[in-house]
Amino acid sequence: MPLSREDVQHIARLARVGLSERDMEHFSEQLSQILDYFERLQQVDTEGVPPTAHTLSLHNVMRADEEQPPLEPEAALANAPLREGDHFRVRAILEE
Amino acid sequence: MPSEPLHRLTLSEAADLLHRREVSSVDLTRAAFARIAEVEGSIHAFLTLTEDLALEQAREADARIGRGEATPLTGVPGAIKDVICTKGVRTTCGSRILEPYVPPYDAAVITLLKEAGLVMVGKTNMDEFAMGSSGENSAYGPTRNPWALDRVPGGSSSGSAAAVAAGMAHYALGSDTGGSIRQPAALCGVVGFKPTYGRVSRYGLVAFASSLDQIGPLTRSVRDAALVFEAISGYDARDSTSAPLETPRIADSLKVDLRGLRVGVPQEFFVEGMVDSVRSSVEAAIQQMEALGAEVDWEVSLPSTAHALAVYYIIAPSEASANLARYDGVKYGFSYHEGESMWENMEKTRQHGFGDEVKRRIMLGTYALSAGYYDAYYLKAQKVRTLIRREFDAAFQTHDILVTPVSPTPAFHLGAKLDDPLQMYLSDICTIPVNIAGLPGISLPCGMMEAPDGTRLPIGVQILARPFDEASLFRAAYAYEQATDWHHQFPPL
Repeated sequence: MPLSREDVQHIARLARVGLSERDMEHFSEQLSQILDYFERLQQVDTEGVPPTAHTLSLHNVMRADEEQPPLEPEAALANAPLREGDHFRVRAILEE
Repeated sequence: MPSEPLHRLTLSEAADLLHRREVSSVDLTRAAFARIAEVEGSIHAFLTLTEDLALEQAREADARIGRGEATPLTGVPGAIKDVICTKGVRTTCGSRILEPYVPPYDAAVITLLKEAGLVMVGKTNMDEFAMGSSGENSAYGPTRNPWALDRVPGGSSSGSAAAVAAGMAHYALGSDTGGSIRQPAALCGVVGFKPTYGRVSRYGLVAFASSLDQIGPLTRSVRDAALVFEAISGYDARDSTSAPLETPRIADSLKVDLRGLRVGVPQEFFVEGMVDSVRSSVEAAIQQMEALGAEVDWEVSLPSTAHALAVYYIIAPSEASANLARYDGVKYGFSYHEGESMWENMEKTRQHGFGDEVKRRIMLGTYALSAGYYDAYYLKAQKVRTLIRREFDAAFQTHDILVTPVSPTPAFHLGAKLDDPLQMYLSDICTIPVNIAGLPGISLPCGMMEAPDGTRLPIGVQILARPFDEASLFRAAYAYEQATDWHHQFPPL
């Protein structure tokens, strides 16, 4: 299934990945080729076959709700690209 | 002192010398860094070298050995793939987006290795976020194959495989999502082991595809791989997919005896386009196992494994697109913040921080999970995943291990597949089904072939076992290894 430039642009927007003009050209061709390869799966009969999410037979793994020492604020903020006091600094998300 | 240069010793040999006090950990560490000074310039296996830390750890190890409290790993220099978090030591995942990232905590495997007496020489190069089969997707430049500097070492654990092959570390940790330990091990002529999914805690392993990722060792002998596996495996409450099982004791009970072992050879793994020397070397390895007493069934069929590659390239990118959503430039790592809006900053952070392959996979995954396509791609792939598992389960009803090739070709030239993602993906056609089914798999040297220019290139054989039956896998691998001398080959560096 060929992906158009618009499709690629839409997916990039969903994934929040900025793309250059060159990327757009490149990716629409390459991704189309890969999606074509996936088409072979449609021929496999999976009627009544349950999906596998992971290979262990573990479900709803719980641990005791016990207090544990948290990461110290300085350690948590040590990698912050921008900080203000004990906060990560970002551009306003909600604007007027 | 031994007659062989220290950097050539296996982990087990180095540990024996340490125990007998014939060398110190400081000696081994200095030898490793001398070797690094000699060859790293032409290999580029490391992204960060930690010489001061390693020497400090070596002195601690020597004191511990002096007190008689050593484990087999104590004081033996090892290397860690840069996808595993190391407290206070930069962890980049081979990506620009994590270039400045210094983890505030250790991964579970690092905590365990430190308890065992880790001496870490450095963090190894890799395909960005472990996405790749050649090492060429590293944002910091490719690693070169120690056997042929114009060829790739395989990937994504490219630096770990090359470092061990070239004698810059006695062992290394890698991670394996679709073959990223086993395929580079085969291409570099070392042993690479991916444990059963759930055996080794993923806590602190930077996530790529969470239902497939598993940490494991790269070493120069099968026994070494068992020793590292024993040290890093075990239940961890911080990983919800950690198996609540005891770590098996394997290294001390390895024997050269395959009588009664039922070996299956799945035909589908000998794919079209496989290089003749690979096929003949793997077949010879299986005949060798037969000579050692194994019962070989050459006619096993796993028809659904033909779909494993398509299943993988839907499931892994889907999981990756979710896991990599965390790189938003806010909490850590590279951040673009000159934009007009929060969204613009996030998009540009990811545009400049991620390389092409990572972008491709994020986009593939986003598409496969998006409204209207989920059933056709992701759900369908999960159902075919069930079929693949069922066929392995059936094969293991009547066979103890399965033996296959690791890679259809030996190491290829740098750049040969860079512009053709699908061709690159096909490099992992023999290793991917193993992750899909969550099985343990080991790659070990089984031959050498001569390239047209006269270069000798290593070939690997893969052994698979039932989930959590690593013992059978190691039994076969060890017996085969001891009957051959492929693991004694050293690259001409």
